[in-house]
Amino acid sequence: MLGLGLLSIALMFVDHVTGWLDGTRAVMTVAVTPVIVIADLPRRSTRGLGELFSSRGNLRGRISQLESELILLRVKTEKMAALTVENNRLRGLLGSAAKLQDNVLVAELIGVNPDPEDQQVVIDKGSADNVYVGQPVLDARGLMGQVMEVSQFTSRVLLISDQTHSIPVQVMRSNLRLIAQGTGIDQQLELLHVNSTADIKVGDQLLSSGLGNRFPVGYPVGVVDRVDYEPGKPFAEVIARPSARLDRTRHVLLVFTESRSPSANSDTGNSDGSSG
Amino acid sequence: MEAVADNRVGSTAIIALTMAAGMVLAVMPLPGSVPPELGYLRPDWVVMVLIYWIIALPHRVGIVTAWGTGLIVDVLLGSLLGQHALAYIVIAYVASSLYQRLRMFTVWQQALVVFAMLGMNRLIIFWTESIAGLAQWNMWYLLPAVSGALLWPVVFLMLRAMRRKLNVS
Repeated sequence: MLGLGLLSIALMFVDHVTGWLDGTRAVMTVAVTPVIVIADLPRRSTRGLGELFSSRGNLRGRISQLESELILLRVKTEKMAALTVENNRLRGLLGSAAKLQDNVLVAELIGVNPDPEDQQVVIDKGSADNVYVGQPVLDARGLMGQVMEVSQFTSRVLLISDQTHSIPVQVMRSNLRLIAQGTGIDQQLELLHVNSTADIKVGDQLLSSGLGNRFPVGYPVGVVDRVDYEPGKPFAEVIARPSARLDRTRHVLLVFTESRSPSANSDTGNSDGSSG
Repeated sequence: MEAVADNRVGSTAIIALTMAAGMVLAVMPLPGSVPPELGYLRPDWVVMVLIYWIIALPHRVGIVTAWGTGLIVDVLLGSLLGQHALAYIVIAYVASSLYQRLRMFTVWQQALVVFAMLGMNRLIIFWTESIAGLAQWNMWYLLPAVSGALLWPVVFLMLRAMRRKLNVS
């Protein structure tokens, strides 16, 4: 009992301070992956049942709706591609290094950390798909978080709403640079150290600023929800709502930035140049 | 002789299966339609299954099993390796020194003791997390102990029925 207790404490210390146990953990995670998959089955099957029992008319309506949406998006993408090329050429003329082209990989969410305080999710892509620690994760609406732990077939993603997570952002309207920290269970972002005279107001769009070299530049992070300044306090209290639908997204995008691109498996068809 | 061996292997498999079922319940995502705050009520299923087996078969399930189970839970939840393991061996120690008394209790009296053990489990996990700087105290932290104690009769009666039916020893 005492021996095992001391061993646990030693393990915790080593795990917290160093990265020596990451390999062991990755191997053990592969072993417990079935548990995560089984735990996800009820949710998965209720979705399947819903599709099974939806009427033909419903499905037809949905398909035509999706088709019109697809056409719209296609037009936008075409315009976007031209703009991206032009932007990159202009940046090249300016001698700037930042390029607007990222590769993405689609992953599916298969688990959520049961502790509501920990804003973490588990996705179904791992080191077998070249996922790496620190990789940015998006959904269709904005930035979701970053990969914090990788095993062979799964990886754990820390969401931007976690209390231990901060992300450098800038206000789209005024280019004001700030840090947005997560608040935990209410899934909001708190902007730190905002001057009382800073140019920020409700409804401002926050983009990732790319400072810190972790997240790519220019992805939507959130929208300012509330600005409170109490005289006597050093900073204004600014709360933002994340753009990504952190609690209900099923599919996420893993972004490979220029420095780390998926080398070998670009022909599998699931990685594709997109968004800028 | 062979039948005894078979029984032993079968029993181990059943104990392992119930633990795995506890783990599945422990990580099962809540449906999107319920508020995420309900997650605070999720009891520590694995600890409850562990306590049951320690009371029922103290010669089979003890501190070593608890430690191994704790390590697996650590990997499953992405917590520090050894964190749940430490909490579980303390619980296992308490449970295996009290098992004779616990067997005499009615199920609700047991629930009271289980409440104390689940609370202790939560506190140890909170302590280790706060030493590592990963947690902040909030008053919901002990709610799983309450919900776990209220669900203890269900867990106990189900596992006991299963043990008797399948003759696990």
